[in-house]
Amino acid sequence: MSAPTARQAWLLHGSLLAVALVFPFVFSSSFAVNFGVMALFYAFIGQSWNIAGGFAGQLSFGHVVFFGAGAYASTILQMRFGFSPWLGLPASALAGALVGWVIAFLSFRAGLKGSYFALITLAFAEVLRIVANSVEITGGGLGMLIPAKRSAANFQFPERIGFYFLILALTVASIAVAVWLKHSRFGAQLAAIRENEDAARALGIDVYTEKVKVMILSGAMCGVGGCFFAQYFLYIDPIIVFGVDKSVEMLLVSMIGGAGTVYGPLIGAVLLAGISDATRALTDVQGLSLVLYGTLLVVIIAFLPNGLIDLFQRWGRRRRHPAEKGGA
Amino acid sequence: MLQVQGLTKIFGGLKAVDNASLEVGEGRIVALIGPNGAGKTTLFACIAGFHPVNAGRVSFLGQDITGLPVHQIARRGMVRTFQITQPFAKLSVHETIAVGAYQRFPDRREAWAHAERVAQQVGMGAMLDQPAADLTVAGRKRLELARTLATGPKLLLLDEVMAGLNPSEIVEIVEIVRRIRASGVTVLLIEHVMQAVMSLSEHIYVLSYGRIIADGAPREVVNDPAVIEAYLGRGAAEGMAAHPGAPTQEAAHA
Repeated sequence: MSAPTARQAWLLHGSLLAVALVFPFVFSSSFAVNFGVMALFYAFIGQSWNIAGGFAGQLSFGHVVFFGAGAYASTILQMRFGFSPWLGLPASALAGALVGWVIAFLSFRAGLKGSYFALITLAFAEVLRIVANSVEITGGGLGMLIPAKRSAANFQFPERIGFYFLILALTVASIAVAVWLKHSRFGAQLAAIRENEDAARALGIDVYTEKVKVMILSGAMCGVGGCFFAQYFLYIDPIIVFGVDKSVEMLLVSMIGGAGTVYGPLIGAVLLAGISDATRALTDVQGLSLVLYGTLLVVIIAFLPNGLIDLFQRWGRRRRHPAEKGGA
Repeated sequence: MLQVQGLTKIFGGLKAVDNASLEVGEGRIVALIGPNGAGKTTLFACIAGFHPVNAGRVSFLGQDITGLPVHQIARRGMVRTFQITQPFAKLSVHETIAVGAYQRFPDRREAWAHAERVAQQVGMGAMLDQPAADLTVAGRKRLELARTLATGPKLLLLDEVMAGLNPSEIVEIVEIVRRIRASGVTVLLIEHVMQAVMSLSEHIYVLSYGRIIADGAPREVVNDPAVIEAYLGRGAAEGMAAHPGAPTQEAAHA
């Protein structure tokens, strides 16, 4: 596995960023910009899943729990207490981090691993969905409608392009976190924990603490995603922000793109947004995009277990070493 | 450096380790041998903190470490390898060793450079980019040794690093262990390959049914009637006294 050199990596980051920066000016229709926003939004929350599930191997089935916590934290602060929605960004990060810490504390102290951990996260998400459905401050099952007052100061950009650049900034930050994990001690320790907890422990890694840290980080990122979602759609209810759909989408974009890789979630997200827009434009069948997406997942798990990014990596290897066919 | 006093570990109704005591002095190579199922790996796991003990005390560098979590014991400088290798399958050789090196050097550049030095030390300098999953048994054992060594241990607990290796690979690993000791690391090893035990260790403890039944210099221990009985069965010691020579060889290959 010959890794790309640092220069090639920066070239890749730079050219992708350039494409993302000019995209909304080249394709300026509201349809295209909306596609860009959704793709980046899925890339962002997919990356938050990927940090815990891909890099640290802590597979979660209920990542939406952080997403919903963030969405409700920022919306409640705005609607019930009159804070600026911009304050929602740090508040939602805090809410996601807090929920991440609580879940990690409870489940890792109890020694839950693998599928047990996945199930407990699902259970937490369901509990919070039911709570949000039944208490008054969240508006219960009716949800919360954020009144439209279009201005950037109100976190409601008059043009979609404002949202586009905000989510682009968040996605760039999340990719920077992933790059940092690839190259840092923290990331190396997480990889060791993902591969073999006993061996990691034997080398002196404090497995429990590292796992709690990564859940806090991932929870904070996902919480911010929830805040963005609330401001973009101006409406949240328990099923939308705590439902299992979003959890599945986060995990799918990571796994289809390539879990544990820097650009996996972005690749998966562009595909998910593309399929979703294409099916909506071409047919009237509800939910067809997820059917297609599920089929794609089966094909990818069968033939590209490391995700679509594997195709690019093989191609890159072949270009660098033309002699060796197919790569190692 | 390491003192174990009266360590007892009970699994259900089985006393896996029964009142075992041993001592490892700084700078030495000490071996722990015994028939299959004697409890050697369990004793190792208890010393390194993987299992809580039922009785006894483990002290390392003059401090009581009984009951401390594994990672804290490892950070104090006592690090084990596993009999059944526990690879980081998706990581490359370099990345695997770097995990150990990061425990000593938080900075990436230093950790990676240190990992490369350690790889060369154990003869894996040419395999840095290989995925751990692609290694042979010998390679995996060596990699496990390397990532452990990269943490900068004071005392290495080696659990059968030579099992499953061919004779020439054993000779190489014996040489590596010698070099590790020469670099100032104390070694406690579990080993079945007697050729290696005899040539490496200065002191041997023999464990049988969870008890330490003998200890001493290698030559003394392999001629100890209790040890021969433990390996070859009752009556073997008398038989050997009657025909000196041949059975010793047999014991040495057990």
